[in-house]
Amino acid sequence: MKIVHHPDSATLVSYAAGNLDEGFATLVAAHIASCEKCQAALREIERVGGALLDTVDATPMSPTALERTLSRLDSETADEHRAPRTNGEKRPDLPAPLARLLKGGLDDIAWKTVAPGVSKHPLPVSRAARSRLTLLKIAPGTKVPDHGHGGMELTLVLKGSYCDAFGRFAPGDLADLDEHVEHQPIVDSPEPCVCVVATEAPTRFKNVFGRILQPIVGI
Amino acid sequence: MSAAQTLSAYREENQDDRALMERVARHRDREAFQCLFLQFGPRIKALMIRSGSDSDMAEDLAQDVMLTLWRKAELYAPDRGTVSAWIFTIARNVRIDRLRRQSSRPYEDIADLDLESPDAGGEETTELNQRDRLVGQALAELPPDQRRVVEMSFVQDMPQAEIASALDLPLGTVKSRMRLAYAKLRERLEIVK
Ligand SMILES: [Zn+2]
Repeated sequence: MKIVHHPDSATLVSYAAGNLDEGFATLVAAHIASCEKCQAALREIERVGGALLDTVDATPMSPTALERTLSRLDSETADEHRAPRTNGEKRPDLPAPLARLLKGGLDDIAWKTVAPGVSKHPLPVSRAARSRLTLLKIAPGTKVPDHGHGGMELTLVLKGSYCDAFGRFAPGDLADLDEHVEHQPIVDSPEPCVCVVATEAPTRFKNVFGRILQPIVGI
Repeated sequence: MSAAQTLSAYREENQDDRALMERVARHRDREAFQCLFLQFGPRIKALMIRSGSDSDMAEDLAQDVMLTLWRKAELYAPDRGTVSAWIFTIARNVRIDRLRRQSSRPYEDIADLDLESPDAGGEETTELNQRDRLVGQALAELPPDQRRVVEMSFVQDMPQAEIASALDLPLGTVKSRMRLAYAKLRERLEIVK
C-alpha cells in the first residue's frame, strides 16, 4: 500500500492528545494502522504528552490512595494480567479499528442506495459521540456533486480510488478537509470506490448553510 | 507516612523511570510500583482535574491509571518512548472512556499493532535520554502562543474548535499553531535521528 495522503499534522496532534471526537479518532486510527510514517509521528507527538505530564503542577492525592491502590494489586494475580491484547479482529481488507465495527467483511454489507451510483452504510459510534462514521460505496465514473462541508470531514479510502483537486486517493489515503474546502471527487477506478467518512453530527443551530451543500455526504 | 519517606529516599537512588518500569514488568516489584505511584499519581490527578474532572473523580481515575500501569507494565516498550509518554497515553485513554464517555478502542488497536511490529531500532539508553530531553527543550522553546495551544490540547483536553472559541481565534489559526509546534518538535528530534 503506497500511501500519499496523510492527516494534517494538527489533526495528528489532536488525535495524540485524545481530543478528536470518536468518529474522527477511529478514522485517523484506521489510517495509522496502515501507515508507518504516521505511526512514527504519533510516537513523537505522544512524547509531548509525557513531557507535559512531567511539568504539570501535582495535586496531592488522599493519604490513603497508595494503600488503597496497593490493596487492589493484591487481587490481581500474575497470570491474570498477562499481556491483555485487545485485538482479535484481523481482516485483510479492513484495519482493526474499523473491522471491529463491522460484523462481516466489506462484501457482506447491506448497502442503502442514496443517489445514483452512491450507497451508504452507517457504522456505530458511542452514544456520547458527536461525530458520525459512514461507509460509502461509489460506482466507477460517478461524480460526487461539488460540495462544501459543515465542519471537519475525514475520508479514508478502503477500495478503489477517486480523484479531486487535491490528487488521487487510493486505499490507505486519508483526505483531511475542513469547512472551507469545496471539492468534487470523481471515482476513477474500474471497481467501485469504498471509503469511510467521518463527519460532525448535524447540529440544529450550526452549519445550516453548509449542510444544504451536502446532498450526498450530508449524513 | 513513614513508608512514603523511605520510598522518597529510595527514589533518589533510582531516578530512572525505565528501570522502575522494568522491575514492575519483570519482577512484579511493589516497591518500584510505589515509587512510580508517588511520582505520577498526583500528576495524573492534576491532569484529570485540568481536563474538567472534579477532585474525587480525578483521584479515582488516577488510581485506575496506575492500576493499568501495573497490569500492562510488560507492554511498555522503552525504545518507543518515555515512561511519562506511556503513562500519558494510559491517562488519555481513561479520559476518553470515563470523562468523554466515548471509546478508546481505536487507540488500543494502534498500541497492539506497535507490539507486533519489529523494534524501533534498539537505541542506546544515552540516546533515548537525549531524545527525551530534546522534547522538553522543544516545548520550552515554543513561542508562548504555540505552547498555549499545545497545553490546552494535551492538558485540558480541548478540541481545536473549543480552543479557537476560548482564545477568540479563527480555527485556522489554532491549526497553524499546532502545525508549527509539531514542526519545531520534528526539527529538534531530527538532530539525533
Ligand atoms: Zn500517514
